[in-house]
Amino acid sequence: MIRRTIGWLPSALAFGVLSWALLDLPANPPGLADAALRSLERSGVANPVTAVLLNYRGYDTLLEVAVLLLAIVAVWSLQPISTSSVAEPAAPILSSLLRSLLPLLLLTSGYLLWIGAFAPGGAFQGGALLGGAIVLMLLGGLFRRRLWQRLALLQASLWVGLAVFIGVGMGVMFGGGRFLEYPNGHAGNLILLIETAALLSISVTLGALFFGGRPSLDGEPPPEANP
Amino acid sequence: MSARWIMVLLPMLPLVAAIGAFAFPRAARSIGSATSLALVPLAGILASMVWRGGELAQFVGGWAAPLGIQLRADGVAVLLLLMVSVVGMLISIYARGYFGPSRASAAGSEARHFWPLWLFLLASLNVLFLSRDAFNLYVALELNGLSAVALVALAGGRAALGSALRYLFVSLTGSLLYLLGVALLYGGYGTVDLVLLAERTTSEPHSWVALALMTGGLMMKSALFPAHFWLPPAHSSAPAPVSAALSALVVKAGFYVLLRLWFEVFGGVVSFEAAQLMGFLGAAAVLWGSLQALIQERLKLLVAYSTVAQLGYLFLLFPLAIGSSQQGMLWTGGLMFLLSHAAAKAAMFLAAGSIQRAAGHDRIRDLDGITHALPVSAFTIGLAGISLVGLPPSAGFIGKWLLLGSSLEQDQWWWVVVILGGSLLAAAYMIRLLSHAFTRTRDTKALHPISWGMEWSAFALALLSFGLGFAASAPARLLENVVLGGSGP
Amino acid sequence: MTDAPNATFLLAGAALFALGLRGIFAGVTPLRQIIAVNVMGNGVFLVFITLAARVAGGRPDPVPQAMVLTGIVVAVCATGLALTLAVRHRQEQNERSGTSPP
Repeated sequence: MIRRTIGWLPSALAFGVLSWALLDLPANPPGLADAALRSLERSGVANPVTAVLLNYRGYDTLLEVAVLLLAIVAVWSLQPISTSSVAEPAAPILSSLLRSLLPLLLLTSGYLLWIGAFAPGGAFQGGALLGGAIVLMLLGGLFRRRLWQRLALLQASLWVGLAVFIGVGMGVMFGGGRFLEYPNGHAGNLILLIETAALLSISVTLGALFFGGRPSLDGEPPPEANP
Repeated sequence: MSARWIMVLLPMLPLVAAIGAFAFPRAARSIGSATSLALVPLAGILASMVWRGGELAQFVGGWAAPLGIQLRADGVAVLLLLMVSVVGMLISIYARGYFGPSRASAAGSEARHFWPLWLFLLASLNVLFLSRDAFNLYVALELNGLSAVALVALAGGRAALGSALRYLFVSLTGSLLYLLGVALLYGGYGTVDLVLLAERTTSEPHSWVALALMTGGLMMKSALFPAHFWLPPAHSSAPAPVSAALSALVVKAGFYVLLRLWFEVFGGVVSFEAAQLMGFLGAAAVLWGSLQALIQERLKLLVAYSTVAQLGYLFLLFPLAIGSSQQGMLWTGGLMFLLSHAAAKAAMFLAAGSIQRAAGHDRIRDLDGITHALPVSAFTIGLAGISLVGLPPSAGFIGKWLLLGSSLEQDQWWWVVVILGGSLLAAAYMIRLLSHAFTRTRDTKALHPISWGMEWSAFALALLSFGLGFAASAPARLLENVVLGGSGP
Repeated sequence: MTDAPNATFLLAGAALFALGLRGIFAGVTPLRQIIAVNVMGNGVFLVFITLAARVAGGRPDPVPQAMVLTGIVVAVCATGLALTLAVRHRQEQNERSGTSPP
């Protein structure tokens, strides 16, 4: 009993110190909201969060897409996928539900991508939705065999987001610009291009991360059944 | 090739190469080696630009801070970039041999995964040393941490996976502590740009706590006592090139961010006492690490604890620089020490890896006669040891000498005791190690072949740590205009 | 000083952070530690979001929101890696001992 109370002391202390610091924060500090909103017209999009993500602080987002790729590369380096998740018989209720649900999910994620320029939305939101759809799809047993047959395509869709992002970022430098400095008037289109590629990569990466292992790559023996 | 391009290519080239190595695994080795080779001239050109023209800056996307992110290359950053590229290149050469085709079976899989992860690690370091934005540094630190963890886990097996998991938790906790500090900074001062923050931060509760949080988080990432516990197990079970990269490069990243924070952002906030505390933790690291190294049975663990000890010296920079007027000498000393340690430690891990590969084990007691079988590797360890102990004319000596000078100049004589004591202990464990290696036994045990590249890349690193002492004036010149602290550049 | 609604969220963020931190150090099982990391991360994100809401009159600050988005993605990636690592480690432990570990 005493030991348990003592165990909570460090956490309580941490909470106390953090609260003290947080409550000490000024009520109306010089935030970046004004600067962000003032430059919004030049940013090529009407949604300020998208402007920050893909324009003002696009470098952060590029690195974040790199982290996504790194995660799947790392997970694939650890272990092959277990057959049990690949060879499960399709659950009939799930697969029939999915046949009506998946087109809707696909459409909605595309909508989220498009609307991100004007309202809350964007590549990450759409990608998360589509990633969830992919997981459901594989769990429901749909398209599984066709997917494993197109491994090269699967792999390509994992890195296309980062490749397009870096490509655009460096491409705009030819002509005297800085890294990721979109030329006037083209910002909106370039952002949409980057976001589309990113949506693909994000969704496939999230789906692949769910499975926690790599599919049989060339030269490897097929995965053994789980004990 | 303009500075603008180089500052972009340094992080982006390895990222693109990582994509290539992932997409085309058969070419992974070539892509990886070629890229790490290409980074060296890029870093060198940038260094010469900074040498001639002073600090270089670029606002990514054309947006000035505080709205945008800025990249900056000053003397410190450029030296560290050179360190990453040169040490990285030599580790890559070693890795070619280590993961090469001469190794049978499962290593084919190890090799194909090593190169993309390694390139991600190099990219993350280049991003980190060029960035002056606190949140950007967070993403770089995460990229760095995740790739390092994946590399540690590459060897497979219970020990490697367990230590990788522990490293991952430490790394994530450290990142989140750091991130909360960033939140406090943004909440208090409305920006995450380090240069602007340096002007705006004042001594208030939220900045104290931010400093404490960020320092705690970064200490975990750079394995400063007492947050060093993850380092030795991770080192001992990771493949040799990964251990070398961890000790030489990865832990330096966290330390670098700490330097920027303490002396630029929180310059007006840090107190003499807080700096002394850091110094004492450094002294504890030196003592604890050296004593542990003395009693280790395995070579890799000995070198790992030696890293814990050597990192302690770096933390002496904090108490010494806070009140110093002779900043130039101190920074030169500190950075010389950092660079020489990177080269020497990488050399030792690579040579240890060669020895372990050849002999099939790394028990120090049973290393008799290794000098005859692998003379280059044994000599590498000796040469690197000279720099680690701090004997002249190595760069390690120059670093320690300048640190000693600064301690005496500021009447902080207790650090002299630490530095000298640590050097004695280092000499002790090096002598113990070498006494087992340089024995007269001539019985040739069955040894596996080691490739030429593996032994000589390690030797090159040891030579670098040794010879850097002769070229100490060059880094000193790069650093003379760096005044970390005060109003900042 | 911050006003009441924001203070509540800030304190909630601090509480989540402290709880998560404790969970990691308590170290019961890797899964609990992974959940604890996520809880801790959510605490930090909550603080960021609250900072975004503080702007006097008008639209919220987009910069912390973007940072949270980035942070969430990074957290998901780290969680994915951590889970795979934990599963793999457990597999290796089972193989070694032949039984499931305690």
